[in-house]
Amino acid sequence: MKTKGSKSTTPAILPKCLTGIQGLDEITGGGFPRGRPTLVCGSAGCGKTLLAAEFLVRGAAQFGEPGVLMAFEETEAELKANVASLGFDLDGLVRRKKIVIDYVHIEPSEIQESGEYDLEGLFVRLNHAIDSIGAKRVVLDTLEALFSSLANEAILRAELRRLFRWLKVKGVTAVITAERGREQLTRHGLEEYVSDCVILLDHRVNDQIATRHLRVVKYRGARHGTNEFPFLISNEGISVLPITSLGLNHKISSERIATGIPRLDAMLGGRGFFRGSSILLTGTPGTGKTIVAANFAQAAARRGERVLFFSFEESPNQIIRNMHSIGLRLEPLVKQGLLRFHSARPSLYGLEMHLATMFKEIATFKPAVVIVDPITSLMDAGTDSESKGMVTRLIDYLKGGQVTSLFTSLTQGGHSLQQSEMAMSSLMDSWLLLQDFEGNGERNRVLYVLKARGMAHSNQIREFLISDRGIDLVDAYIGPSGVLTGSARAAQNSLEKASILATQQEAARRKRELERKREAIERQISGLRSDYESETMELRRVDEQVGTRALTLTTERAASGRLRQADAKVSVSTRGNSRNGKSHK
Amino acid sequence: MKTKNPKRPAARAKRRPAKLWQLRLYVTDSTSKSVAAFTNLKKVCESQLKGCYHITVIDLVKHPELAKGDQILAVPTVVRRLPQPVRTIIGSLSDTAHLLVGLDLRPAV
Repeated sequence: MKTKGSKSTTPAILPKCLTGIQGLDEITGGGFPRGRPTLVCGSAGCGKTLLAAEFLVRGAAQFGEPGVLMAFEETEAELKANVASLGFDLDGLVRRKKIVIDYVHIEPSEIQESGEYDLEGLFVRLNHAIDSIGAKRVVLDTLEALFSSLANEAILRAELRRLFRWLKVKGVTAVITAERGREQLTRHGLEEYVSDCVILLDHRVNDQIATRHLRVVKYRGARHGTNEFPFLISNEGISVLPITSLGLNHKISSERIATGIPRLDAMLGGRGFFRGSSILLTGTPGTGKTIVAANFAQAAARRGERVLFFSFEESPNQIIRNMHSIGLRLEPLVKQGLLRFHSARPSLYGLEMHLATMFKEIATFKPAVVIVDPITSLMDAGTDSESKGMVTRLIDYLKGGQVTSLFTSLTQGGHSLQQSEMAMSSLMDSWLLLQDFEGNGERNRVLYVLKARGMAHSNQIREFLISDRGIDLVDAYIGPSGVLTGSARAAQNSLEKASILATQQEAARRKRELERKREAIERQISGLRSDYESETMELRRVDEQVGTRALTLTTERAASGRLRQADAKVSVSTRGNSRNGKSHK
Repeated sequence: MKTKNPKRPAARAKRRPAKLWQLRLYVTDSTSKSVAAFTNLKKVCESQLKGCYHITVIDLVKHPELAKGDQILAVPTVVRRLPQPVRTIIGSLSDTAHLLVGLDLRPAV
């Protein structure tokens, strides 16, 4: 147990010890330094003991490295119960001799110090525990309890220094937890002794929402992420958030997927969105964002694709019921396992926790389409920069997996676009806008495509109708007085119809009049003709009469001449002719 | 049986004075502190508890598994098992005043 000054002749690459904790190994580039102590410090309740316990449990269960947990604060039974709630079978590992728990307890009131001493007892116990199972990992939680138990700090400090050296010589990978100090990392300056790797945990409350953060303060001899990474304690242990994906080198698909609204597909070059693209759907309250989203979800699920619907305002059952009223049947799709809802109040936990939960859901469900309804209420859970970072990370993550994502975004009404929206829109490939038009005592919805990267798209405003048979898009009327929608559009339509009808009627009337005129003229013509004919007839009759009379006269005159034997034939005939004409008239 | 059992400890208690002291001294090897602790303890016991004390010396190097039972951290440690309550004194016991207070042979000032 003699300790040597360990000037380790480190090889080129520092050997590391995988923690098995999700995300932590990526940040540290492969885990904690092997064979050296690591200090985990943080204030109360930020998950130090849990991190240490998970390090041990994962080591024993996954990496075949037995471990010793020396607890100064919690008893063995307490520890087992505490970590059991996180899915760790500490009890089973203890029974199978993979983990040894040694609870070290000192009651300061029962102890009297007299003369010099050392902490060899602690060394003996630790050594015994390590050797009994061949432990490779050691956790000391929380060593600082000794400071309140033992009065002689000088001895204690000397012994702690010796302990850390001893641990190094022993070759175990140790995790030492410590309380966060006021002006230094730890309350009793333990960082002075443990200088290879220091991890700081933090639990901050921002706007009533608490988020845990992890930061690698120091990692001697290794490159590491220096940022503060949010982490969460879930029912599967700790998971540190994946690092922001660094590049813009996602695989790109030119496959198109339908929106579920044929007319909208037509507006997007006839074939819908690109697979793996991000779509933003903004609109004022009640413009039908969720409906468009649900339509998209239904269309995807009916193609046999898995859809994950994150709802931050409505419960799954409420969405299913509401969509049923417009003819969308989501329930069978949920039962088939093609559609999954995940509902959570935005204020339930911090932005990072939401993001982590979403990542986890996405990783387990492996959807082809993800819907976030609405992203804005989620963004309220954090500051502007936080939320933008969050959306970027989410989109990067989704694009990396070629998942098509649709985000709805609530705007505050009016035409001005919110700033957060402006910031977000640059991340999006397509942007649909839903808007209200008020007028004539009614409110109507319109939809238009604000942008759609990489595809020809319509510049038209379409009126957006919601009926019990679903969504329909109709051409809005665009006239001199602006865009007309709803009953105004209907009124305009009927007005146009009426004017056409009137013109038609006018034409018909004139035609009829003309016809009448023609008939009248024809009637006149036929009257005149009949007059003419009757006169002609009369004339002919008169002629005949004249002829007859002349004949009669001649005959009579001839008879009388014969009687009188007259010879003046011509003069008598003329006189008698004219007299006859007059008398006839 | 029933009558004998309760009698036996009572009889033992009568025969030996009520103040039979059971002390355990935890040491490692025979370091100077360990030796000093034993010497100092013996001295105090001889002067204060002559004839009615019993010291068990436990070498933790040989029996490391025994350290857990009495929650031994520091070495040397004296544990007063009897009389109750259990008292613990750590150190080489060079400070007799503190040792006496620790063993409850003198009230703490």
